[in-house]
Amino acid sequence: MDYLHDLSAFLPGIIVTVAGLTALLLEAFKKGADQIYYLSIGGLLVALAVAINSLFGETGTAFTGMIVYGGVAAFGSVIILLGSLFCVIVSKDYLQDIDLHSGEVYAMILLSVVGMLGLAAANDLITFFLGLETMSICLYVMAGLIKNEKTGAEAALKYFLLGAFATGFLLYGIALIYGATGHTNLDEIAAVAEASPLFLAGSALLLVGIFFKIGAVPFHMWTPDVYQGTPTTLTAFMATAAKSATFIAFVLILTRMLPGTEAGDWTNVLQVVAILTMVVGNLIALAQDNVKRMLAYSSIAHAGYLLVGLAAGTAEGYAGVLYYLFAYTIMNVGAFTVIAYYERNKGLDFTQIESFAGLGFKFPLMGVLLTIFLFSLVGIPPFVGFVGKYYVFAAAVNAGLIPLAIIGVLASAASAYYYLRVMVYLYFKDAHKEYTLKTPGALFKYTLILLAVMTVYYGIEPVLPISGLMELISSYYTI
Amino acid sequence: MELLLNLIIYLPLLSIVGVLLVKSDEAVKWVSFLATSLTFVLSIPIMLNFDIANSAIPQFVTEGAPILAGMDVKYLVGLDGLSLLLFMLTTLMGPIVILSSWTSVKKSSKGYFSMLLLLQTASLGAFAALDLIVFYVFFELSLIPMYFLIGIWGGADRIQATVKFFIYTLVGSLIMLVALIYLGFHAGAASGVFNFTADWRFISSPEYTIGLVEQTYMFLAFALAFCIKVPLFPFHTWLPYAHTEAPTAGSVVLAAIMLKLGTYGLLRVTMPIFPNAFMEFAPWLAGLAVIGIIYGALVAMVQKDVKKLVAYSSVSHLGFVVLGIFAFNQIAVQGAIIQMVNHGLSTGALFLIVGMIYDRRHTRMISDFGGIAKSVPVLAVFFLITTLASIGLPGLNGFIGEFFILLGSFNSELYGNTTFAVIAALGVILAAVYMLWMYQRVMFGPLDKEENKKMIDLNAREIGLLIPLVIFMIWIGIRPVDFTQYSEGWVETFLAEAENKSITVLENSSSADVPEWTAKIYGLTDHAEESQIVLKD
Repeated sequence: MDYLHDLSAFLPGIIVTVAGLTALLLEAFKKGADQIYYLSIGGLLVALAVAINSLFGETGTAFTGMIVYGGVAAFGSVIILLGSLFCVIVSKDYLQDIDLHSGEVYAMILLSVVGMLGLAAANDLITFFLGLETMSICLYVMAGLIKNEKTGAEAALKYFLLGAFATGFLLYGIALIYGATGHTNLDEIAAVAEASPLFLAGSALLLVGIFFKIGAVPFHMWTPDVYQGTPTTLTAFMATAAKSATFIAFVLILTRMLPGTEAGDWTNVLQVVAILTMVVGNLIALAQDNVKRMLAYSSIAHAGYLLVGLAAGTAEGYAGVLYYLFAYTIMNVGAFTVIAYYERNKGLDFTQIESFAGLGFKFPLMGVLLTIFLFSLVGIPPFVGFVGKYYVFAAAVNAGLIPLAIIGVLASAASAYYYLRVMVYLYFKDAHKEYTLKTPGALFKYTLILLAVMTVYYGIEPVLPISGLMELISSYYTI
Repeated sequence: MELLLNLIIYLPLLSIVGVLLVKSDEAVKWVSFLATSLTFVLSIPIMLNFDIANSAIPQFVTEGAPILAGMDVKYLVGLDGLSLLLFMLTTLMGPIVILSSWTSVKKSSKGYFSMLLLLQTASLGAFAALDLIVFYVFFELSLIPMYFLIGIWGGADRIQATVKFFIYTLVGSLIMLVALIYLGFHAGAASGVFNFTADWRFISSPEYTIGLVEQTYMFLAFALAFCIKVPLFPFHTWLPYAHTEAPTAGSVVLAAIMLKLGTYGLLRVTMPIFPNAFMEFAPWLAGLAVIGIIYGALVAMVQKDVKKLVAYSSVSHLGFVVLGIFAFNQIAVQGAIIQMVNHGLSTGALFLIVGMIYDRRHTRMISDFGGIAKSVPVLAVFFLITTLASIGLPGLNGFIGEFFILLGSFNSELYGNTTFAVIAALGVILAAVYMLWMYQRVMFGPLDKEENKKMIDLNAREIGLLIPLVIFMIWIGIRPVDFTQYSEGWVETFLAEAENKSITVLENSSSADVPEWTAKIYGLTDHAEESQIVLKD
């Protein structure tokens, strides 16, 4: 009975694991990549349905307290699965065009999703570490998928070396925390934690590891090179699903392991890192001519806005962060996918902004879609990005962090410049040569349209009621 | 009526679907024209059914359910004495703007007309919104279509102009957003029901007051956003640039409607909600307004480009509106409201006419013209009426607004003396100088250029779109009361409420509770000390 209960608590993860392993087997038996592609979509869809179903179910812990389910974990799983699903769907057309459409890619995606789901459910530092490494190792492979080009090799090597380095910090932090408290379970650590130097040093190292994974300044150096060198749809996967998973785990650690005690008061650190991340991310993004690099720096900046919500340290703040992750996933997958679509056309380097000149009129639908995603990333109403920013900054204001909120909005005003710059090329410049764009596949196109519809719909009517979210969260732990 | 109001707001947006579905460019124009005309026609019953006696109370209110439990953020639209005229101005300008673009759009007309329609919905929504978050959403939404209108269909320097316009406005409104969020939580705490409320009806009501320190910060944040939008000197630098590069329709909407969102916001938000700060900072902002009046006029005088001249004249005219708003008395504020409409009509018409001239000659340099009154007499007549309306000739609309504003400013208790009014009056004279001088150089003199001799006069479409504007210019000029009656009750109520509120706040604050600078600004004395002295005696 207990086993069944435990298994059902991690059901989405198990479904994805089975799908991932089946994908590997099918590949071994030399089945076509297409079959594995559809298998992955099917697996993710079923897992997503289960996760959505658990969203409003009970909450609790399973596997002798190693994981939590329901509440934050359930919402995190939904975001991760949603992001992964969209990335997988749009990957086929793109990967086919760059001759990388093979079964292993999808198997890798699925296995890293397992890691992410583990992260989003981690109630123990060991689960957290396992999830993080399962996810990261698959991501290292994806970063190096384009083997024939320097950027691909650079991305993989850089990501792996720096990632391994950060893992070192993380593990050392976990070890110190264990040394200070004698526990690895988050709840048990919280119960006995006191502000001893050992515990503080351990938490600090743990935070450094997390900051690295979410690409917060000053641990962001790997992000642009990795994002640029990775195949674009997989970049979208890294930038959304992987980042969301780490952030959810971060929320769990902040709220379960370091809740509101003297030992766990990292608000000041979070504030400083948030400011650095927003300012540096946005400023460097201003100077980018490569759209993928630009989106990489912008994703650093978005991590900064998310940190603002965490710095607020209230139920509102955490709920805001969750909503922001949802918004960010939708619009960022959308933006990367349109870039991936342009990249499929040969002859010009469509990651360079100059190549975008006049494209908006060439295939109007894609131009309009990119415009919607970009405006949403700026945070202009009525798009979902505005709602996300609104919640995060509202939480900061309500927690009395008004200067932080002001720096945040000013940074996001600066971000408008580089997002607008893409549109300047898209619409305001004349195309420099005759060029006809490919027609996107039906599934590709409709997925993008669905993403755009969600971007607008959740911007106008944030039906995922944040109060409901907050109930979920507060039923889950007390602040 | 409630339903009708919503229909008016969203009809332009819905008609975008029609614009995208039809095939030919001709059909696109007709769909947009019919949609905006219908919007205008439908808005007439709204005006007729408006209860003038209760103009301080929002009417035709649609109230949605709060979208978030515990947070009073909801869809809330309605019209009151402040918004009605501007709302009507917007519906009127809709079809005119579409007509004015009939032949001038060469590139992607679907996109162009969609943007104009989206802009129409955004502006109507912003004027009708009574929830400040909803207001903010529409306020920001209007940036997107304008960004594309200038960027795609604008002149040579369009890219820089539109990016500057966008970023400038965005910075202001994002800072406003922070203040708005703070205000929402503050008001929510005061309401005792919600933890966040942005319902303007509650926030502006006498029951809700804000302490001096918070008022000061929030006032400055809101005022910054609105002053950038107006634009008030020294935040005006984006405006002439954007105006010159924008296509005619863009300039018209920008001048007639979007800039009004700034002055409208000052009256809608800052006056009733932050009365102490409003009154205390009034002379400073009025000072900037007066500088803007004179500066705009002087710069307009030396322009070689007609459109730039009109753009700078806008800076000058809107200075009058701001001066009227901060004079804080019945006549000046009412003058400011009617002057917003006047400016929309006359500057809108000026931009239209400049556009018509440009369509014919593809130049806007004053030196390229001269004597064209002979070749285009009808255009010359319309241009003359509009010019005179703009400089405030008695009998035309501009006079009413400027006269009210100056009269109010002379008697303004907040300004203390008549300096502001006297300098501003100088601006009226300067306006006459630059406008008439420009008119003379363009229209009169020898008709010596070959191209000017061949200029074709206005066609029926162009006359048709100017006539409604001229009718209203004369109507407001002759019977202003037909229009000012709508805002009279609103202004009276809210001036009184703001004044009472400010007194309540002052009574409840003492210099012991607030930082020194606040006490200094608001001239607070230490109540505690005073009472101690009384006790000793």
